[in-house]
Amino acid sequence: MSDDVHEPLWEVFIRSRRGLSHNHVGSLHAPDAQMALRNARDVFTRRMEGISIWVVPSAAITATSPEERDPFFEPAADKAYRHPTFYDIPKEVKQL
Amino acid sequence: MIAVAADPAAVYALRLADDGLVLSHRLAQWSSRAPALEEDVALTNIALDLLGQARALYARSAELDGSGRSEDDYAFLRDERDFLNCLLVEQENGDFAVTVMRQLLFSTFQLEAWTALSESSDMQIAAIAAKAVKEVTYHLDHATQWTLRLGDGSAESHVRTQAALDQLWPYTAELFENDAVTRDVVAQGVAPDPERLRMEWDASVDHVLRQATLERPSTSWAPTGGRRGLHTECFGYMLAEMQHLHRAHPGAQW
Repeated sequence: MSDDVHEPLWEVFIRSRRGLSHNHVGSLHAPDAQMALRNARDVFTRRMEGISIWVVPSAAITATSPEERDPFFEPAADKAYRHPTFYDIPKEVKQL
Repeated sequence: MIAVAADPAAVYALRLADDGLVLSHRLAQWSSRAPALEEDVALTNIALDLLGQARALYARSAELDGSGRSEDDYAFLRDERDFLNCLLVEQENGDFAVTVMRQLLFSTFQLEAWTALSESSDMQIAAIAAKAVKEVTYHLDHATQWTLRLGDGSAESHVRTQAALDQLWPYTAELFENDAVTRDVVAQGVAPDPERLRMEWDASVDHVLRQATLERPSTSWAPTGGRRGLHTECFGYMLAEMQHLHRAHPGAQW
């Protein structure tokens, strides 16, 4: 029943608490968006993992492919000056 | 082995507890067999909610009748005639449409009942009800979502869902039955009047069925007996499976 035509794949994002962003937690099958939300609730929030859920059709995501890895990501490897390592982070800032 | 509790509130709590336990077991039978992993988890989540409600109600019933029975006594050491669940919840899972329809019909009843019971004069039952309302609201939503999609889905799913509704409908009359026990608990303010529940249930179920393009059956056949321990044939087989391990190995633990 969970073939890709009747039950396409959805990517699930969950916000674990206020102030944090939604994080990708996995994917699942569902016939439509409303059922995907409910399935996500059942599969991914059984242990109080979240307070908000997003679902996105997996087909709507455009992703880089492994062959593109070098031109996409390699050029950043030797540019340490782009890292904000010259700032002192105040102790009170917990999420950065 | 177990004498029937005489206290009306204890019997009433026992009826609700048995509803929860039996439907919980039926839903657990889907474990590893549901149409998809996601549904497998959804059905067993609902089963666990119902089991939790049943445990709290068994404890309250044992307090009310002073028998001090344990959860295991209730679940594993009573025979068929001692179970007071309604006939609807013991009906076999059938195909997925039957399971969804059973859940829709029963969760609608449970939501009305728990909502009213959260104002029960029995403070403990009121507390159990207040927690259960949130759980059952989700059970009903889940069943409603599926009913809409199956009823108003493909030609095949529509036929199967209508057949499930026709098969289960006669067992719904029993949910609103009045007898000496319900009259007593209504008089004590412990429980809501079944007649009032029926009106709310009718409106709520009708609304979903209409949206799902399903036809409300017009049968007048209304089997009954569950609340007095008289069950349908399938129930004995279910109990045998559910109780076998505990009876073969008394006191067995994980």
